[in-house]
Amino acid sequence: MSNQYEAQRAMRNMRKAAMQRGVIAVLDVGTSKIACLVLRFDGTDKFSGADEMGSKAGQSGFRVIGAATTRSRGVRFGEVDAMQETERAIRTVIQAAQKMADLRVDHVIACFSGARPRSYGLAGSIDLQENVVTENDVSHVLAMCDVPDYGNDREVLHAQPVNFALDHRSGLIDPRGQIGNRLATDMHMLTVDATVVANLLHCIKRCDLEIAGLASSAYVAGISALVEDEQELGAACIDMGGGATGLSIFIRKHMIYSDSVRLGGDHVTADISQGLQVPMATAERIKTFYGGVVATGMDDRDMIEVGGNTGDWEHDRRTVSRAELIGIMRPRVEEILEEVRARLDAAGFEHLPSQKIVLTGGGSQIPGLDGLATKILGQQVRLGRPMRVQGLPQAATGPAFAASVGLCLFAAHPQDEWWDFDIPAEKYPARSFRRAVKWFKDNW
Amino acid sequence: MQPLKKPRNARRDPAPSRAAYKAQRLMLTPGFRQFLRVGLPVIAIAAAAGIYLSDSDRRDALELKVSEMRRAIEERPEFMVNLLAIDGASDEVASDIREIIPEEFPITAFDLDLETLQKNIAQMDAVANVDVQVRSGILQVNVTQRVPVLIWRTYEGNVLLDATGHRVASIAARKDRPDLPLVAGDGADTVVGQALEILAAAGPLQSRLRGIERVGRRRWDLVLDRNQRIMLPEENPIAALERVIALNKAQDMLARDLTVIDMRNGQRPTIRIADNAIEALRQIRAEN
Repeated sequence: MSNQYEAQRAMRNMRKAAMQRGVIAVLDVGTSKIACLVLRFDGTDKFSGADEMGSKAGQSGFRVIGAATTRSRGVRFGEVDAMQETERAIRTVIQAAQKMADLRVDHVIACFSGARPRSYGLAGSIDLQENVVTENDVSHVLAMCDVPDYGNDREVLHAQPVNFALDHRSGLIDPRGQIGNRLATDMHMLTVDATVVANLLHCIKRCDLEIAGLASSAYVAGISALVEDEQELGAACIDMGGGATGLSIFIRKHMIYSDSVRLGGDHVTADISQGLQVPMATAERIKTFYGGVVATGMDDRDMIEVGGNTGDWEHDRRTVSRAELIGIMRPRVEEILEEVRARLDAAGFEHLPSQKIVLTGGGSQIPGLDGLATKILGQQVRLGRPMRVQGLPQAATGPAFAASVGLCLFAAHPQDEWWDFDIPAEKYPARSFRRAVKWFKDNW
Repeated sequence: MQPLKKPRNARRDPAPSRAAYKAQRLMLTPGFRQFLRVGLPVIAIAAAAGIYLSDSDRRDALELKVSEMRRAIEERPEFMVNLLAIDGASDEVASDIREIIPEEFPITAFDLDLETLQKNIAQMDAVANVDVQVRSGILQVNVTQRVPVLIWRTYEGNVLLDATGHRVASIAARKDRPDLPLVAGDGADTVVGQALEILAAAGPLQSRLRGIERVGRRRWDLVLDRNQRIMLPEENPIAALERVIALNKAQDMLARDLTVIDMRNGQRPTIRIADNAIEALRQIRAEN
């Protein structure tokens, strides 16, 4: 845990260094595409303090000066599958983005969707020594959270204090300076598979880049796709990616739950490929051009050329009706949404005051998806696109770039995490004293 | 299993190779670009020059060529000096100046060191002020000569002094310049102004004046013929001299047989009578 803490702190320092240089890249390693945006921070937007989002939703301080996307290679389910391939893809996209920005980037903030995220709610409380809450007390109470045994092969990706309670008053955002006797906190901790993270970091390191931060793509997609009131009142963001569908639940501007379904657009493509007996590339093209989930009478007559190049005329001239295509796609999309529904139910989403659901990610562009999602997930469903940031090319404004844009916002204004607070002082001496005693015992 | 190594004729990978990627990043480094734009040309030129000049033959040839070009420009007729013109100097001084100027004419103006020339000429005793310039092929030397006002008699010989007390020339005999008054004594050249004033005041005695002598570096004696001497005080010598002249006018004192009129103490002027006169005086007294 301490090792993890140090690693995350090192990333934070790297982020600070990058901010000083004013240039940072964000890298969204997805299953179907890898996107890189180069941001330049010109320091015009000084964080104003009390209000969490400044003017322009806290995104006026940076500008996108380079953007590149490439087809992802060697990534499955949002996890690195073939390292050499992934490294090449990252190299391609970084090079293109650097070329557009005409700048060399050294620091990168990355996000990924896979690695089986798991959410934990942590609680901790302390009795205050003095009556006034100090910053030291905050870090102390964060350290006092009882961390569950999440397994040796997992790592903490996010650990954000979500709520503070002072005596009988709960729902404090910032308890510092307030008067009370007992300070309690709730923390949301997200753990992921350590090996997946290590593989991704290795790929990025091989490209001579320094990691300035890591984020879960479900989380950052939520930051960019949910509008402010949704984040405040409670909403779920469903990021339908290629290999994995991430979901994150926000309330009071904090992520309180995140999970991922290991199903995505690639599975739809694979179904089409199997059902129509066409290669994956053709299936992908057919899906993006003609795909849908609600069939109408017109779709029976809408014939799609499937094509092929076997030389057999009958085989190469096959056609399918759009209704048939929808018939292949719909069960898979339903399965994905039902799986998401199950995860939301498990998280207790129905107890939230507002049950808004926002669909984003490349998969959300299937025509008619909102109608289908309404049937499965509930009435308050909308399709979300990422918010606009300065300098973002038109090609990167679609829902497929929700995570990339969210990562920009994450880079500009990260929420406080556990490792942003110092380890309370009293934890050090106890341990080092014990170590000193042990040294004496061993040597005398 | 598919081969892990890429087959030779595989479709070109769109991804840049590691080397290409690193090269691009290097080219995007501002410092490196600066180096390419400025540092590299400088190094290349310096290296080329260094290699070329490392051979002493080439260096000598280059030097020779440069000096040839330089000489060719310097010896253009516009820069040549053909004549020496000396204005304001007497013939002897002019010939001395010609000796001082060592160069053979014609000569290029770049080889003339006018400042040194001017300094050397100004060091000559007879020259008060000199102005050396090159003007349209002529080396023009304008000389202001010192004007002698006194003859100073020393143990070494007779020296002509100008009004500032600077030596002008030596002369063999007093008779060479009978028009100039004579002074003698140590340190007379430092108080030429006073000497001239005294000589001017001694105008009525001009016909009998042999010269004035500086005594003990502090006061003057007027020396007249018949071995008469007027000793003037340190302070106010002119007034004392005028008293003597007035006495002379009233009583024709200097025509008498005196050897010294001592005016050193203004309260008590003293005269010394010649030995013969004393004898005569004693005789007269004895006879009476």
